Amino acid sequence: MTTARLRADQVGWNAGAVTILAEVALTAEPGTTVGVLGPNGSGKSSLLRLLAGLARPHTGEVLLDDVGLSMLRQRALARRIAVVAQQAATEVDLSALEVVLLGRIPHRPRLAGESGADVALARQALADAGLAGFERRRWASLSGGERQRVDLARALVQEPDLLLLDEPTNHLDIKHQLELLHFLASSPTTVVVTLHDLDLAAQHCDHLVLLHGGRLVAAGSPAEVLTPDRIAQVYEVRAQVDTDADGRPRIRYGRSGSARIVPG
Amino acid sequence: MKAAALLFLLLLSIAAAVTVGAADLSVVDVLRSVGAHLGLPVRALPPLPDSIVWELRLPRVLLAALVGAGLAVCGAVLQALTRNPLADPFLLGISSGASTGAVAVLVLGIRIGTGPVDLATGAFAGSVAAFAAVLALAGRRAAEPTRIVLAGVAVSQLFSAVTSLIVISDAHTQDTRSITFWLLGSLTAASWTAVTLCAAVAGAGLLVCWAAATALDAFAFGTDAARSLGFSPGRTRLLLFGVTALVAATLVAASGAIGFVGLTVPHAVRFVVGARHRSLLPACAVVGAIFLVWADTAARTAFAPQELPVGVLTALLGVPVFALVMRRRA
Ligand SMILES: Nc1ncnc2c1ncn2[C@@H]1O[C@H](COP(=O)(O)OP(=O)(O)OP(=O)(O)O)[C@@H](O)[C@H]1O
Ligand SMILES: [Mg+2]
Repeated sequence: MTTARLRADQVGWNAGAVTILAEVALTAEPGTTVGVLGPNGSGKSSLLRLLAGLARPHTGEVLLDDVGLSMLRQRALARRIAVVAQQAATEVDLSALEVVLLGRIPHRPRLAGESGADVALARQALADAGLAGFERRRWASLSGGERQRVDLARALVQEPDLLLLDEPTNHLDIKHQLELLHFLASSPTTVVVTLHDLDLAAQHCDHLVLLHGGRLVAAGSPAEVLTPDRIAQVYEVRAQVDTDADGRPRIRYGRSGSARIVPG
Repeated sequence: MKAAALLFLLLLSIAAAVTVGAADLSVVDVLRSVGAHLGLPVRALPPLPDSIVWELRLPRVLLAALVGAGLAVCGAVLQALTRNPLADPFLLGISSGASTGAVAVLVLGIRIGTGPVDLATGAFAGSVAAFAAVLALAGRRAAEPTRIVLAGVAVSQLFSAVTSLIVISDAHTQDTRSITFWLLGSLTAASWTAVTLCAAVAGAGLLVCWAAATALDAFAFGTDAARSLGFSPGRTRLLLFGVTALVAATLVAASGAIGFVGLTVPHAVRFVVGARHRSLLPACAVVGAIFLVWADTAARTAFAPQELPVGVLTALLGVPVFALVMRRRA
């Protein structure tokens, strides 16, 4: 498996007349895991779509190994970048194995069917996701967390140099959350992952960026980004930040009474 | 293996369907007639039964097979592209455009050639006009499924209204009855010309669809997913909308708007072979062909000498099949 450097150079994106992202910069060094943090609506998913080449930035540029994404063909991108969407949904009656096999499409000639090697790879990926025996299960019958793991297996058989994940933990139980983050951190693939759990991000990411209202508020190591002031400013929650033995931040939130759920 | 069995069943259906009718013929007679016409060293049939097989029944049965195959595949493709299980080949205004064109030719007497060719040409022109109107109405973002589906609904209503206006404004009830018959779909106008034309257009169209089978699979999880698997969703959609519209327009010009084949056959077939298009599309083609061959055979013989519009039969047979599929899915 190879790996890639990703750089977003002051990217901005608008939906109609509304600015969703402005002047966001991000660099993911080869093999590292970068966490994207921010409250609901801060622009995490929008940023990920730009990084994936699913939408073109209206200002700035995204570069994969110093080549602009707009210079690359869609198929060439698909061989190098895999995306796990925030909410994968389909009405099509596919089995878990058939969904995972979608990930092999960019790697074979357009008119060819899947090979035995493709099927073996997909079975292995399902097993690695803890879903051995789920090959023939219908997508519609899978639980939220099982779907998320099937979609992850699909992204992994795509053998990407860059893996982009949008809240991949939101349906997972604690064990699978920890397993996933550990896997991402130790994988040689470059990873950009959006997360809501600040502790999980602090423990496993090499680098964090914090978004607020479509703008970059902070970027750096977990200890640099996750300070009590910044958490208060961005999330409107009082937090206490301790440092654990590895020098990584540990976050404890104030009593529920001090956390405002409704702004204003 | 399954594919070979299905194909054999189709050939058998065609041969058997040709034997059914007022004149008593056997499968051997059919094979003799076909063999003789293809220049094979077989004993030819006497002229009368030979012309029944070669001039009347065979073109009709072959046209039924082509129309069934084409409609079923177009339906499967459009259901995948729009992610809408209710999509059928007439989604993009094709059938109402065809009726308007045909009715305009029949009632208003717009003439380009002579005889029934007029009707088919008018229907084809109407379909193409309707599809163009759908694209124009959907505008710059025509590749977005919801926009093009809504545009299709609006244009279909408009063309149906125009058709009704023309029919009402006309006094010749005889014409109106033949129009109704044609609107419901009928293979009575089958000829070798129609068979050749449909075979060429549907054959080419279905090949394009089959080549796009993997792209259709990639649309299962939506536009972004298709793009991140290496496809250009906008271009793929427009190409396939265009191809299915052309195929459907050609078939409708030859046989009227035969309903339910394009809607139900894909659902039923998906149930057996799965949802992936490399196997779904060929299976739809063969099953659609077999289905329409037998539906049309029933339509022309059940109340002989009176003939039912085949569209009535496909609906009568299609609805129970559809209900069954829905129950087993739920
Ligand atoms: N196509 C669009 N049109 C209008 N507004 C949009 C569009 N896409 C995103 N937005 C808005 O942009 C903002 C950022 O959306 P985005 O999905 O990137 O947020 P997010 O950080 O991923 O949020 P969440 O944590 O809830 O997933 C939101 O306010 C959203 O409503
Ligand atoms: Mg999001």
